[in-house]
Amino acid sequence: MEKKASPINRENAVISIRDLKKSFGSLHVLRGVDLNLYQGENLVVLGRSGTGKSVLIKIISGLLHPDSGEVNVLGLSVGSLSDRELLQLRLKVGFSFQNSALYDSMTVRENLEFPLVRNYRNLTRKEIDLAVEDVLDGVGLSQAINQMPSELSGGQRKRIGIARTLILRPEIMLYDEPTAGLDPITCIDINNLINEVQEKYNTSAIIITHDLTCAKMTGDRIMMLLDGRFERQGTFEQVFDTDDERVKTFYNYNFTD
Amino acid sequence: MAQKSDTPADSSRKYVVGRKLDALFLDLYKINRFLGRFFKELVLPPYEFKEIVKQCYEVGYKSLPLISMTGFITGLVFTKQSRPSLAEFGATSWLPNLIAIAIIRALAPLVTALIAAGKVGSNIGAELGSMNVTEQIDAMEVSATNPFKFLVVTRVLATTIMIPVLAMYTGFVGMLGSFININQMEQTSLPTFFVGAFSSITFLDIFSSVFKATVFGFTIGAVSCYKGYYSSKGTEGVGKAANAAVVTSMFLIFIEEILVVQVVAALR
Ligand SMILES: Nc1ncnc2c1ncn2[C@@H]1O[C@H](COP(=O)(O)OP(=O)(O)O)[C@@H](O)[C@H]1O
Ligand SMILES: [Mg+2]
Repeated sequence: MEKKASPINRENAVISIRDLKKSFGSLHVLRGVDLNLYQGENLVVLGRSGTGKSVLIKIISGLLHPDSGEVNVLGLSVGSLSDRELLQLRLKVGFSFQNSALYDSMTVRENLEFPLVRNYRNLTRKEIDLAVEDVLDGVGLSQAINQMPSELSGGQRKRIGIARTLILRPEIMLYDEPTAGLDPITCIDINNLINEVQEKYNTSAIIITHDLTCAKMTGDRIMMLLDGRFERQGTFEQVFDTDDERVKTFYNYNFTD
Repeated sequence: MAQKSDTPADSSRKYVVGRKLDALFLDLYKINRFLGRFFKELVLPPYEFKEIVKQCYEVGYKSLPLISMTGFITGLVFTKQSRPSLAEFGATSWLPNLIAIAIIRALAPLVTALIAAGKVGSNIGAELGSMNVTEQIDAMEVSATNPFKFLVVTRVLATTIMIPVLAMYTGFVGMLGSFININQMEQTSLPTFFVGAFSSITFLDIFSSVFKATVFGFTIGAVSCYKGYYSSKGTEGVGKAANAAVVTSMFLIFIEEILVVQVVAALR
């Protein structure tokens, strides 16, 4: 189930983070994070729950402010953008939420239209429909177009959530625990979808997970968040070839249930 | 884009004056920013006409049955209870005047606002609270779609527009209830009733009543949206937001009622 090699441009870092720190009160979540995401790459961020994985990508998309450090996304320093510039940047950065975050008062079609219609106000009905059908087809859920989110399964909700970000044609995708709470077969489907997105839309992605199968299947490179820093990185084998107890515990917990 | 979850207290949770007082100042700071953002987004295009109309409909539709019933019964019972005292002076012909003053000046806006605070306020608090908890608001934020404008501005506008309309309706239904009782007991005709009723009502009464209802409407919308939009994460956040929306709205409505009454009395 090893991932096949993707065309990655290691000259061009689409996200680069230097010495990022973030605390909540006395809780020091991120203690100096350094990270480069290269163009075309799927980067997996591993870590136990509560290590600050979600906080990291929320900082990247400007939902949270860092205490200190540099966060550059597509050449722009996220901290110093005007409101307008931040909106422009957000169009290029897709965010797939852990619990999908579908708008539960809207149908699937309305969910998908929402970001499109509200960012591009002069699209015709036909253009909107085409875009919706295209992304829906891309995630293999054309038949669900008129359903409400509450009628969908967990895996389907994930797909719609991913489709809703793809409709804006992002250059970067941030996946927050894409396989959490799904059965093993659905997990594999979602992992395949993540790789398809990378190929079809030429995205670079950060995939946050604590699921090692997901990491193995989708990651071109893996970084492991330990005590607020990236202490290990490389291929799957390189990351886990260590005597570090924390890493071994993480590995064993994943493969012995 | 203003940050939602990120406030100064997040990064340094050291209490400067004391826990409670600090929380109060933080709240004041957040309310100030909330109102500032509201008025900014209110005037800046694009305007969400379709969503505003939808929310107006929601506000009206949700509270209409309860308001109709309460208004009608208030008018009817109030008339019935006032009659004996007036009868002592042989002044039951003054009933329409008395009732009109009570209903138009005080009861209609207040009753409408209190019911809407319970019905609409809790609804907005819970709705936005659960959108916040399930990260739907964050999802709107990261797709550059300005959730504040779409969710908050539309709802605050809807309550500000609809509560005065509903208050006028409550006044009308209340007068109807009163008329039915008076017609039954004193055989007063509808024209006589209305001539009596409106002989004592001035423009200032109607204006201050509509003004009050507008203030109440804004309060319900702003408080409920604030409580929902900034609800704490976690499932209990939703219930807390709905509850706080109702309690805080009602509290402020009473305070505003007292203030407006003082001002109008001074103008009279
Ligand atoms: N907005 C916030 N306010 C306070 N604490 C937070 C906030 N967001 C996250 N945290 C805390 O930061 C830590 C890391 O959270 P998170 O990034 O969600 O972990 P995970 O790695 O499981 O995604 C947790 O202990 C969480 O309680
Ligand atoms: Mg998380």
